[in-house]
Amino acid sequence: MKEGKKVYWQGLEQLNQDPEFLKYADKEFPEYLPVKEQKNGQPEDSNVDLGTDRRDFLKLMGFSVAAASLAACEAPVRKAIPYLNKPTDVDPGVANYYASTYSQDGDYCSVLVKTREGRPIFIKGNKMSDVTQGSINSRVIASVLDLYNKDRLTGPKTKGQDSDWKTVDAEINQKISSITNSGGKIALVSKSVTSPSTLNLISEIQEQYPGVEHIQYDVNSNYGIRKGNEMSFGVGFVPAYDFSKAKTIVSINADFLGSWVSPIEYSRQYAQGRKVGKSKKKMSRHFQLESLFTMTGASADYRSKIRPSEEGDVVKALYNMLAAKTGGASVSGGDGSYNYLDQAADELLRSKGKSLVVCGSNDPNVQTLVNGINYMLENYGQTIDPSKGNTSRQGDDRRMVDFANGLSSGEYKGVVFLNCNPVYDHPLGGKIKEGIKKALLSISTAMVSDETAVEVQYNCPSHHFLESWNDSMPRKGSYSLAQPTINPLFNTRQAEESLLRFAGRDDSYYDYVRNYWKENVYNAETAEKSFDLFWDRCLHDGVHEVETPSEEGFDMVPVLISESMGTAASGISAEGQGMELVIYESHNIGSGEMANNPWLQETPDPISKVCWDNYISISVPDAKEQGINQDDLLTLTASGKSVTLPALIQPGQTAGVLGVAYGYGRTNSGKVGDGIGANVYPMAGSDGYVNYSITKGVSLAKATGTRKLAQTQTHHTYMGRDFVIQETTLNEYKKDAWAGRSFPKISTYDGKTAPKNISLWKGHKYPNHHWGMVVDLNSCTGCSACIVSCNSENNIPVVGRDEVINRREMHWLRVDRYYSSDSDHWQGGEVPSDNPEVVFQPMMCQQCNNAPCETVCPVAATTHSTEGLNQMAYNRCIGTRYCANNCPYKVRRFNWFKYHDNRQFPDNLGMNNDLGKMVLNPDVTVRSRGVMEKCTFCVQRVQEGKLTAKKEGRKVKDGEITTACAEACPTEALVFGDMNDPKSRISEVLSSENKERAFHALEAIRVAPNVSYLTKVRNKEKSNQA
Amino acid sequence: MSVVVSSVRTPLITGTKTLHDVSDDICRYVERPPSKSWMVAIALSLATLGFGVYCLYRTLWDGIGVWGLNKTVGWAWDITNFVWWVGIGHAGTLISAILLLFRQKWRMSINRAAEAMTIFAVICAATFPLIHMGRLWLGLYWVLPLPNTFGSLWVNFNSPLLWDVFAITTYFTVSLVFWYLGLIPDFATIRDRAKLPWRKKFYSALSFGWTGKARDWNHYETVALILAGLATPLVLSVHTIVSFDFATSVIPGWHTTIFPPYFVAGAIFSGFAMVLTLLIITRRVFHLENYITLYHMELMNIVIIVTGSIVGIAYITELFMAWYSGVEAEWYAFRNRALGPYWWAYFSMMTCNVVSPQLFWFKPIRRSIVSTFVLSIIVNIGMWFERFVIIVTSLHRDYLPSSWAMFTPTLYDVGDFLLTFGFFFTAFLLFAKFFPVINIAEVKTILKSDSQKS
Repeated sequence: MKEGKKVYWQGLEQLNQDPEFLKYADKEFPEYLPVKEQKNGQPEDSNVDLGTDRRDFLKLMGFSVAAASLAACEAPVRKAIPYLNKPTDVDPGVANYYASTYSQDGDYCSVLVKTREGRPIFIKGNKMSDVTQGSINSRVIASVLDLYNKDRLTGPKTKGQDSDWKTVDAEINQKISSITNSGGKIALVSKSVTSPSTLNLISEIQEQYPGVEHIQYDVNSNYGIRKGNEMSFGVGFVPAYDFSKAKTIVSINADFLGSWVSPIEYSRQYAQGRKVGKSKKKMSRHFQLESLFTMTGASADYRSKIRPSEEGDVVKALYNMLAAKTGGASVSGGDGSYNYLDQAADELLRSKGKSLVVCGSNDPNVQTLVNGINYMLENYGQTIDPSKGNTSRQGDDRRMVDFANGLSSGEYKGVVFLNCNPVYDHPLGGKIKEGIKKALLSISTAMVSDETAVEVQYNCPSHHFLESWNDSMPRKGSYSLAQPTINPLFNTRQAEESLLRFAGRDDSYYDYVRNYWKENVYNAETAEKSFDLFWDRCLHDGVHEVETPSEEGFDMVPVLISESMGTAASGISAEGQGMELVIYESHNIGSGEMANNPWLQETPDPISKVCWDNYISISVPDAKEQGINQDDLLTLTASGKSVTLPALIQPGQTAGVLGVAYGYGRTNSGKVGDGIGANVYPMAGSDGYVNYSITKGVSLAKATGTRKLAQTQTHHTYMGRDFVIQETTLNEYKKDAWAGRSFPKISTYDGKTAPKNISLWKGHKYPNHHWGMVVDLNSCTGCSACIVSCNSENNIPVVGRDEVINRREMHWLRVDRYYSSDSDHWQGGEVPSDNPEVVFQPMMCQQCNNAPCETVCPVAATTHSTEGLNQMAYNRCIGTRYCANNCPYKVRRFNWFKYHDNRQFPDNLGMNNDLGKMVLNPDVTVRSRGVMEKCTFCVQRVQEGKLTAKKEGRKVKDGEITTACAEACPTEALVFGDMNDPKSRISEVLSSENKERAFHALEAIRVAPNVSYLTKVRNKEKSNQA
Repeated sequence: MSVVVSSVRTPLITGTKTLHDVSDDICRYVERPPSKSWMVAIALSLATLGFGVYCLYRTLWDGIGVWGLNKTVGWAWDITNFVWWVGIGHAGTLISAILLLFRQKWRMSINRAAEAMTIFAVICAATFPLIHMGRLWLGLYWVLPLPNTFGSLWVNFNSPLLWDVFAITTYFTVSLVFWYLGLIPDFATIRDRAKLPWRKKFYSALSFGWTGKARDWNHYETVALILAGLATPLVLSVHTIVSFDFATSVIPGWHTTIFPPYFVAGAIFSGFAMVLTLLIITRRVFHLENYITLYHMELMNIVIIVTGSIVGIAYITELFMAWYSGVEAEWYAFRNRALGPYWWAYFSMMTCNVVSPQLFWFKPIRRSIVSTFVLSIIVNIGMWFERFVIIVTSLHRDYLPSSWAMFTPTLYDVGDFLLTFGFFFTAFLLFAKFFPVINIAEVKTILKSDSQKS
């Protein structure tokens, strides 16, 4: 073989030297080429030239040029993975909705999650829930963005090093058994757990390991209420309140629309009592006595300023007034005199059984007295339902303090932080942080590497709630389910599942919840015959209600009530010295758990209109006296801690009182939330009851420099402009439904006439639909859920603090907050009253019929639709901004920069990274730099609704199409619908209100908006309180 | 040539110039190497232009957000500068067209420079509507009514911005043709005098083969008259249309029917001031005192008093109407203009535009070069503030107090304004060096006034 040459044959033909083969052997492509063959239909061996001729060449070239240019035109498709088998429920372009439950930090909300192609992109309230009734708040809506947070932990970690679940579980199990075997204690720390399954699981674990203690705490604690009830009734609970049944509401420092107990629920109830109309010319009367200016205070009819140290005295005074009138015994104290308190007492008595007194204090003695007041007013069983205990905040402040002390003394050998972050959000966080180091075992299940998670040995990151199975019982008898709406994005594991593993169990938490429901919730007699059917229904509805016996758990003991009052009264000993400080919950940021959510950070506070910062709010007289200007840096010292924050001068705030929001100053929340503001949790009192009112030892000093606060509104009064805001009092309104209305007249040759009678325009014809909106100024509480909902639905970019200072926030919808002014002078009117009345006015594109923006666009990029919408063609816009200048409502927003994928805007999490972009609504374009954008009445939803109706061959039903803002409104202040449909809700509202409260903002300029406002009615004797 | 000074009319050209002197005096600077002061001036202009180009690059690359605008104030320096520059341009057209029709011969020594100023000012003005667009690369041709493949997309003829496009392009075209036409005989003069071959070639190309035959002159004068006729309505229409940007809107402070005449008067007012500023320098640098005399200055100052007073009356009428209309937002807008946070802008405007020109009632001031120079600059500062006041103070507090905001300019607002200054002066200096700054041919016709005997 050495000299032999290896020969390879192409085939047998070559080996056999087949003549047919030899004929083509020297050609590159021996086969027939179709081009040649087709040519003239002539045989191969004819004398015609066998090369490609001119026509073929042209054909081929034409084809390849076309193919190349087609390929070049097409935007590259990246990461598109086709379905091999289409999942049953997923239709590209069609949204699916799943019922689920949000339960975090004391907020409970039954929700519907909208998913598109398997991605959750939007959250709205679930109307089937008896508890929340479809109500929602900004945090719940924004939580969908946290799912796609790129700062999430992507898998387990041991001492900061990436690990895997097997190793972590083995180590933890080994440590748990060594601790429990030696009789050591393990603390399981969590925020309030509303999930009955989780609680059951924890108690099972406690049985298994007797050394395990479960400690629950709440940032915004209701421990005082529970303890107060224990003193009054022998049982600690937080009752269910019903603000809709109350004719008279007295709230003493309770921000029940913003942060007190269950605001999502109360907002909806409260609004029911506040709505007026042709057939209902009455409303509840709301007295608010408070230290800071809260959202709840802004909605009140009578608002009185008190110091936090006076809180107990106010309650005593009210108690004594009522006791004197009902013949009861009075308690010691209550000597102070407070604005409107006498009137409040009279009216409470007049509406016995239909009134409600609530107090925000966390002092059980104060709460006991409040119980006494409500008892005297016979509110139990009426507006207060003790049988339906609220479980959303059941933290035990004292046990938490004991835990912190125990941890630092080394009493606890192990500690598990179950989705909580006490190092940051507990007053004793510093102590806990030190204590963790002494524990042999420390675990955190936090989703991100938060302040607590960085201190522990093991990070067992939990799923986001949208990836988890769970259940919840926000109040007795009301169950709800949480189901995953997406596969886990990362190698995370639900906290409850981790607990199962720690207990050495292999079952999944899904099975656990299902079994729990089978055994405890399912009742074959009252519900479906089979559990599977029952489960499917519950999963579909998201909620399940069971009857609860009203006297379950305790008896109403009048003796105990009257006995406890004296001791309670003498137990109240708050005395104020000098400046007092109130640490409060910011309406959007809450506890700070969601500080890394840019949608929330950019949503302005309902009252101060500040975003991206916390600040020291100071009253007008104090600021004047101490020569403090807005944005001046101040150093606040309380409880031995100091923070330096900018000043915000707040009209309506009690003199001598300072306010600072907690939830800021985070150091380990993520890229967006870190370093915003300062943390004031350590200032809070924690001697058994977390106390956010510091009445002693507070000092304030000027620091050098200023920090400009980002305010979305810097002018605070409406300058007496009745063409913007129209308001009246209930009495006036009863006498004359036109009260508070103003009717502009235009002078013409024929005399004065209404603006609608003269127009340059011919008007539009709306043969099919005519979309419109009605905004009830009376029920808007300013909560801003609509803003976040709009952000989520319409892919609105987050621009960050500096750009908000530049007045360039992109919100399509804003809630204007106006204070009243005592002066009607054209410049004096800029100064708000000392204790101002407030009007909130949601302001979105008014979809004018004679739109000033449409006429001025040189390229017709904004036009009028046949359904009354003022449309915006982003592709056509060249960005002259003329439309925005000519918009009398200033609702148009310009893309000053490229906001997506731009390092200049690091806070725009939903648009600057691949993970975050999963939250974008695929139905809405992400706008490019240089174009104008604005509210479209969620035209994508309108279109979708019409198409659905068309496919089904019917007309669009009322309520089927609604905008994101109207859908989110917890008080149903926004009504959207087809004004051409006489049976639609909006038509009904308009037909009854057209001659009454409905007005157009800026009626005189006759832009003929499709948005109507309903007059604000205050239930007070006369407007503009002294 | 004996010198007789007329007792009837003031001679328009002083210094007993002969026809040859005229050619010499004016062509001298074209033919001489550039002076040191010219080099310094052009270096400064180019430096300003360079900085402006950098700012413009950042504006176009990063977005309009580099300016100080916000959701409430969507126009500020951009449109202020636009209106200001357009206004300046008006003097040139008025001088060359209207004064030509009225046979005002004194215009002949100033019209060339004034027209050049018009051209450059209109270019500067046009810069702003272009760069203020968010998407210039599309807007550049989408604002033109061009047939396109976008479907049935067409421009919106309702929009005053579109009217602006037509007004400005027409104005620029007519002004450019008019100006160039006047230059042709003078280019021929330079060509004929030229000794260097490149200069001969260069100016002979520019002079379009002018021979100086009677036919040429006949055509020249006919076309000049026709163009003057065409340009005359433009003096009134261009700024009227610019004012429509505001007048047709719904914003209090903008929605005013007085705007067209008031804008036109303001335009002429500021244009004459700018002509004076430029001519006082040119006359000094190029030693043209005999051509641009105190008499010219005085006449222009009289125009300034007249237009300045018209503007003053317009301001007061506006205030009165705002009160008299009984429209709350309107009355607020005007009170806020005068006494609100931008009071200083309003008072700068009032002082510079209404008070300062009244000084020209005094003959010594009117005939003093120094005071004329100072006042001409003051008037232009005032006119810039007028546009700033109209645009920014109206927008910053309109109907809904919740949106009220302040505007603060950034480096790029200033830089983009400097860009136009850099361009304007660079262009004017090049013009002054390479083109005859005075219309040689026309000036020769008025060397001797009617009543003068030779």
